[in-house]
Amino acid sequence: MEAVLKVEDINVYYGSIHAIKGISFEVNQGEIVTLIGANGAGKSTTLNTIAGLLNSHTGAIQFMGENLGKIAAHKIVSKGLALVPEGRRIFLQMTVQENLEMGAYTNRGDLREDIEKVYGYFPRLKERYKQIGGTLSGGEQQMLAMGRALMSRPKVIMLDEPSMGLAPILVEEIFNIIQNLHQSGTTILLVEQNAQAALSVADRGYVLETGKIVLSGTGAELLGAPEIKKAYLGG
Amino acid sequence: MKKIKWSKTTGKNTMTYGLVILAYVVLQLFGAAGLMSSSLKGMLIPICAYVAMAISLNLTVGVLGELSLGHAGFMSVGAFCGTSTAILLQNAVPSAPLRLAISLVMGALFAAVVGFLIGIPVLRLRGDYLAIVTLAFGEIIKSIFNNLYLGVDSHGLHVSLLSDRTNLAEGGSLIIGGPMGIGGIQKIATFTAGFVLIMVTLVVVFNLVNSRAGRAIMAIRDNRIAAESIGLNITKYKMMAFVTSAALAGAAGALFAMNYSTVVANKFDFNTSILVLVFVVLGGQGNMLGSIIAAAALTILPEALREYADYRMLVYAIILILVMLATNNPTLKSWLDRLKSGRRKAKEAI
Ligand SMILES: Nc1ncnc2c1ncn2[C@@H]1O[C@H](COP(=O)(O)OP(=O)(O)O)[C@@H](O)[C@H]1O
Ligand SMILES: [Mg+2]
Repeated sequence: MEAVLKVEDINVYYGSIHAIKGISFEVNQGEIVTLIGANGAGKSTTLNTIAGLLNSHTGAIQFMGENLGKIAAHKIVSKGLALVPEGRRIFLQMTVQENLEMGAYTNRGDLREDIEKVYGYFPRLKERYKQIGGTLSGGEQQMLAMGRALMSRPKVIMLDEPSMGLAPILVEEIFNIIQNLHQSGTTILLVEQNAQAALSVADRGYVLETGKIVLSGTGAELLGAPEIKKAYLGG
Repeated sequence: MKKIKWSKTTGKNTMTYGLVILAYVVLQLFGAAGLMSSSLKGMLIPICAYVAMAISLNLTVGVLGELSLGHAGFMSVGAFCGTSTAILLQNAVPSAPLRLAISLVMGALFAAVVGFLIGIPVLRLRGDYLAIVTLAFGEIIKSIFNNLYLGVDSHGLHVSLLSDRTNLAEGGSLIIGGPMGIGGIQKIATFTAGFVLIMVTLVVVFNLVNSRAGRAIMAIRDNRIAAESIGLNITKYKMMAFVTSAALAGAAGALFAMNYSTVVANKFDFNTSILVLVFVVLGGQGNMLGSIIAAAALTILPEALREYADYRMLVYAIILILVMLATNNPTLKSWLDRLKSGRRKAKEAI
């Protein structure tokens, strides 16, 4: 298989804090790969570094054979790598539809077709297309953030804790949508604290602890691994 | 491909243009009929300059969402560069309106360059830090013009800082004289020029706000992280708004200065920046019509209160407080909203 995204030996610092300590992993075409770990393990830092918002002192990040090292964050989206940041960052003062239109800012394709496609994944958004972002529920805001990222026609989409703070029923709905996206061929890098849910849908997973990858394997392998059961699955 | 309609507020913009044109026509008629007091007549040009200042600052504060406390600095750059241009062109361009127009453009250009240079460090900062640094830059610009000497003679332009070392040849003249500023200015600013400046300012601001870039600027204000995640070039769009705002303030400064025979750097100090900010906050952030009304009303008010000489600033301050209280009063607000929606319903019924 061919790796669309390849992270090699990156080190990221916040001032004197060494947040990411030389990690390497890869995401292959069409896969769901998950990065799990406790709060503060460095999951968001990893995604933000890939998206160009933070810099690595060492190593390289390859996306479709191209080194992203020196490329500015705003140019990375149009290359087909989209990030849905942690914490449902939507434009609170714009309507649902306007939020989606903003997502297509770097994509000059057929807007209407793309919007309909997003509404196909998220029927709840279609019902609320005129509603102001700030008045949506937490789950709907998460869906809108994901839908907006899809509007840039990404080849790889990175999701930072999409289930954070959502009721179990909504977590299930979000993960169903992630699987739908996967089935239609989107490559996904999923960051989660909810190890059970993430490993159930993932092809492969990596476990991050204080800035280092301590374990990796297929989703099923990791779900069955005793150290994972103990540390992340509550038994 | 379906075109995105970026504009939502065309109706309000049309009304703003309409009201400005109406005000201009009415004031012209009053003037022609001899119904205008000489003190009001003398204030028309400063009012126009302050209105343009308020609209331009509203672009930074209301649309970009960054608090700038140094807007008078750009006015100062425009005033000095624009007026110097007018003096240098006195013989080359005999037509006063043309000379005025060129001077305003030069004022805007210089202010834009200064805005760009200041924007590089300032726009990396956020919130309070940005406000404080813009305040500092406003003061730095004031100090520079207080210590700047510019002269012209047969050999060309001579510039010196701190003391007059221009060493002008026979027949040369000093244009900017440090703390003395520029003297002997030909008062070529006119009310009509002021009206045109306001209209141009509105056209520039409305077109920017309703463009693709404008949507990006407001998206950054709304949520910076989300804006980054959709691939917006944050620095570029912030700079676009900031430089446009500075350029418009520069043109306003040039117009303002050429209404007087002298201009000094101390006129464009922190107080002036705050005054313009008061117009923006009172008129409503992002609301250009509000800025226009607030700037005009609050420029006239101190003059209208002149009879009460000693109490004038006190009354002015109390009126400001009352207006702020009134416009922020929830009961009054909901009442106004009901009034507005009632009118809209009535319109729909027709
Ligand atoms: N802006 C920041 N400044 C300083 N330290 C930070 C910052 N953001 C994150 N960190 C630190 O880096 C480490 C990794 O954080 P993060 O990537 O957010 O973890 P996760 O997403 O896995 O919860 C943590 O120790 C956190 O405290
Ligand atoms: Mg995180």
